[in-house]
Amino acid sequence: MAIDLAQFRETFFEESLEGLDVMESGLLGLEPGSTDLELINRIFRAAHSIKGGAGTFGLTDISRVTHVMETVLDEMRSGKRKVESDAVEVLLKGVDVLRDLIDSARAGCEAEADKIAAIQARLDALLITGSSGHSGDQHSTPSSTTVPTAQAGWEIRFEPETHLFRTGNDPARLFRLLEEIGEVRTEADLSRLPAWNELDPEQAHLKWRLELVGNVARPQIDEIFEWVEGDSRIIVQPIQSSVAPAAEARAVEAAAEPPPAAATNTSKTPGAESTRTADRKAKPSEASSIRVGIEKVDELINMVGELVITQSMLGQLGQDFDMSRIDRLRDGLAQLERNTRELQESVMRIRMVPVNFVFSRFPRLVHDLSSKLNKEVELLISGEQTEVDKTVLEKISDPLVHLVRNSLDHGIETPEAREAKGKPRNGTVKLDAYHHGGSIVIEIKDDGAGINRERVVQKAREKGLISPDAVLSDEQALELIFAPGFSTAEVVSDVSGRGVGMDVVKKNIDSLGGAVSIESKVDKGTTISIRLPLTLAILDGQTIRCGEEKYILPLISIVETVQARKEDVFSVAGGGTVFRLRNEYLTVVRLADLFEIEEARRNFTEGLVVVVEGGGQRIGLFVDDLQSQQQIVIKSLESNFRRVDGISGATILGDGTVALILDVAGLTKMTGATSSSRNNGRNENGENRTEGAHS
Amino acid sequence: MSSATLEKDPKTGPLSATGTQEYLTFVLDGQEYGVDILRVQEIRGYESVTRVPNVPKYIKGVLNLRGTIVPIFDLRCRFELEEVAYDRTTVIVVLQVNTGDSKRIMGVVVDAVSDVCNLSNGEVQAAPDFGSRVKTDFIRGMATRNERLVILLEIDRLLSNEERSVLEKLSE
Repeated sequence: MAIDLAQFRETFFEESLEGLDVMESGLLGLEPGSTDLELINRIFRAAHSIKGGAGTFGLTDISRVTHVMETVLDEMRSGKRKVESDAVEVLLKGVDVLRDLIDSARAGCEAEADKIAAIQARLDALLITGSSGHSGDQHSTPSSTTVPTAQAGWEIRFEPETHLFRTGNDPARLFRLLEEIGEVRTEADLSRLPAWNELDPEQAHLKWRLELVGNVARPQIDEIFEWVEGDSRIIVQPIQSSVAPAAEARAVEAAAEPPPAAATNTSKTPGAESTRTADRKAKPSEASSIRVGIEKVDELINMVGELVITQSMLGQLGQDFDMSRIDRLRDGLAQLERNTRELQESVMRIRMVPVNFVFSRFPRLVHDLSSKLNKEVELLISGEQTEVDKTVLEKISDPLVHLVRNSLDHGIETPEAREAKGKPRNGTVKLDAYHHGGSIVIEIKDDGAGINRERVVQKAREKGLISPDAVLSDEQALELIFAPGFSTAEVVSDVSGRGVGMDVVKKNIDSLGGAVSIESKVDKGTTISIRLPLTLAILDGQTIRCGEEKYILPLISIVETVQARKEDVFSVAGGGTVFRLRNEYLTVVRLADLFEIEEARRNFTEGLVVVVEGGGQRIGLFVDDLQSQQQIVIKSLESNFRRVDGISGATILGDGTVALILDVAGLTKMTGATSSSRNNGRNENGENRTEGAHS
Repeated sequence: MSSATLEKDPKTGPLSATGTQEYLTFVLDGQEYGVDILRVQEIRGYESVTRVPNVPKYIKGVLNLRGTIVPIFDLRCRFELEEVAYDRTTVIVVLQVNTGDSKRIMGVVVDAVSDVCNLSNGEVQAAPDFGSRVKTDFIRGMATRNERLVILLEIDRLLSNEERSVLEKLSE
C-alpha cells in the first residue's frame, strides 16, 4: 500500500489509550461471577480494536498481549470461563502493560521485554489452568500453580473455517512450521466432510487435533497460527502429561522467577516508573491537543460573525462622523463590548474540560491502593462534569492523587479498627467538584480517623516550625501539615509519609492562584477543599490606589475591607503594627512602606485596611482607596523583565497604562522581612513611626 | 549597505574581520553612543511609565508595548549622569536583548536620537581598560565620526548586567 500510515499512528495511540481506559473502567466494574454480557463485550471490543490497529502498524508486542487478553475475554463472554477476581486482576495488569507499551511505541523507545514476558506468562497461565497462578506482588507464596515456560507439549485443536483456502493459507504449511519446533502428531477429524457429490475442493472441510511434543513456548505456537486466527478456531492446551512432578518442579522454578522479576521491577519502579510517568505526563503537554464539543465551536463562529457585523457598523459610522451621531457611536461601542465579552467567555470555555479527566484515574487508584493496604474503601464521585481550564486541571492532577492517597493511607482505618469504633467496615472517600463564585472547588472527603490537632501542633513544635507558645486557631493548626518537612506518620511507606508531599501540594495549588483548606474531626473524618480559579490567564481584580499609583489585588485573596479606627491600631515592641479585627490581631502594613510610594497617606485612620490572605497567612494591607473591580488579563512581567518581590504579574488597563498585580503571599513575606529594617531606618530620621497607634 | 553578517537575526556576535556595521546613534548628556541597528526594534516618543517598586533607580518602570510588558531603563541614571527633565526630544529606543538563551525586549530612555551611521570594523577601536575597578564590558568599542567620539554599546551586556548586579545586591 502506498499510503503512508505514519500520520495515523498518533491517532491510533490516542484511540488506543482511550480504549484502554474503557477496558479499565469496565474491568473495575466487573464483579466476580458477573454475567453482564454487555460489559464484557464492551471490554472485548476495546481489546479487539487495539489488537487490530496494533497489527496494522506492525506493533507486534501490543498485538500479542492484546490477543491473549482477548482470548480470555472471549471465554468469559461465551460463558466458558467464569468472571473471577484473579482473572480481572491479571487483565488489569495487562491494561497497565499495554499502556506502557503504547507509551514506549509513541516515544519510539524499546519496551521492557521482561514486563511483556511476565504478563504474557500470567495470561497464559490464566488460560491454561483457569487461575492466575502468579504470586504477584502481594502474596509471595509460590504454592499456586504457575505457568511453566517450558512444557511437555501442547494439544492443538485446529478448526478452520470453510473459506480458509481463499485467504491464501494452507494448513499443511502450518503443520510443517509446527514440525520445525517440535514433534507433531496429527489426527484429522472428518466429521465435517460432506458427501462426495457436494464436496467443494476449494473449501476446507477438515478439522485436526494435533499434538506438539517438545519444549515449545506458547507464543511460538500463536505466532504460527497468527495468520489464520481470524478464520479458524484454535484451541491450544498443554498436554496433561505424566511429567507432573517435573512440571511442578518447573512450576516452582518459574514461580521463583517471576517474584524476583517482580521484585526487581518494583525496585526499579520508583525510578523507572517515575521517569516513565514523568514522560507520560510530558507527552500530553507536548503532543497537546484538546477535544472540543462541536457546539462550542459553532457558538464561537456565531460570536465572531456578530463581531464582524459590529465592526463594519462602526467602520461605516466612522467614515463621515460628526457629533450628531454620537449616540449611535455609543450604541455601537456598547454592542462591541457585549460581543467581545461573549467572545471571550466562549473562547475560555474551549479550554475547559470536565474534571472527569482527572477523576477517572481514581477508581483504579483506590481499587489498587485499598487492596494493597488491606482496607475496604468505597469511592464516590460527584460533579465530574464540572468544567475546569485544561492547564489548571493538568497541574492539579498530581496534588489530587497525593491527597487521595493520603486519605487512604492515613485517613481511612483498617476494617477492624473501624468496627472497633462502631463505624461500618467500608470506609468512604468522596470526591466532589463544583463551581462556587467564580472559582471551582474540589473536595476530598473521607470518613476516616481525622487529623489530631494536638499531635499536629506538638509535632510542629518539635520540628521547630512554630514557636512553643504560639497560639493557633483550629484552622491554622491543621494547615501546619502543609509545612515542608512535616509528617506525623510513624512509618514511611512508599505510599506516603515522607513529609514531602503535602507542602508540594500546597505549593502547586498556590502557584495556580488557588487556596486549600482543611477541616477535620478526630474519628469522624477529614475534608480537604481546594479552591481554584477557573482560568489562569484571567483574574478578577480589585484596583487599589496608594498615593499616585494604582495596583491590582486578586479578588480571591481579599477577605474583607475595613476602615481602621484609632483604637484598633496598636504598635508592637519591635516596630510592627497590629490591627484588631473583632477577636483577632492582624499584622498590618502600609503598602506605601513596602513599595516606597511617596505621596500615600500615612495615618491609618485616613485610608482603608484590606485584610488579605496569602501564603497561609493573613495580613492587613493599608491603602488609600479602593477603586473598581474588573476582570483583567494577566500579562507576564518576567518574560521581558524579571521577578519582582510582591508582584505577581501585570495587566494593561483600559487607558493603555500598565498596572501591577500584587502577590499577596510575597507581600506577607516582605512584611516580616522589612518591618525591622524599616524600623531602624525611620528611627534614625527621628520620624515618629507610631502615629495613629495606641500608646 | 549592511555588514557581511547579513542575517536579520540579531545575534551578531563578535565583529567580523571584514565588513561594516550599521549603528543607530543617540545622545546622552552631550555624548554620542551607538547601538547595533539590527537590535533596534522601534523608537517611540517618551510616554509615562508605570513605576515598579523595589528596583534600582535606573529602571524607571514598565510600559505597554502593543500588549507586551516591556521594562524601561534610564541610561542617564545607569551611567550615573545627572538627571534631566524629559522633553519633546526624549525618546525610548526599544531593543532586542539576548539574555542567556532567551530574547527579551527592553527599552532605554535617551535624550535624543541622532542618525544611522556605517562604521567599518577597522574604524572601531577597543575600549580602553580602566582597570578592574571600573567595569566596561558593555562597551563594544569606540569610533570617531565627524570628529566626535561615538561610544558603541554592547547591548546584551549592558542590560543583562543589570540582572546580575541587582540580584547580587538583593541577596545581601
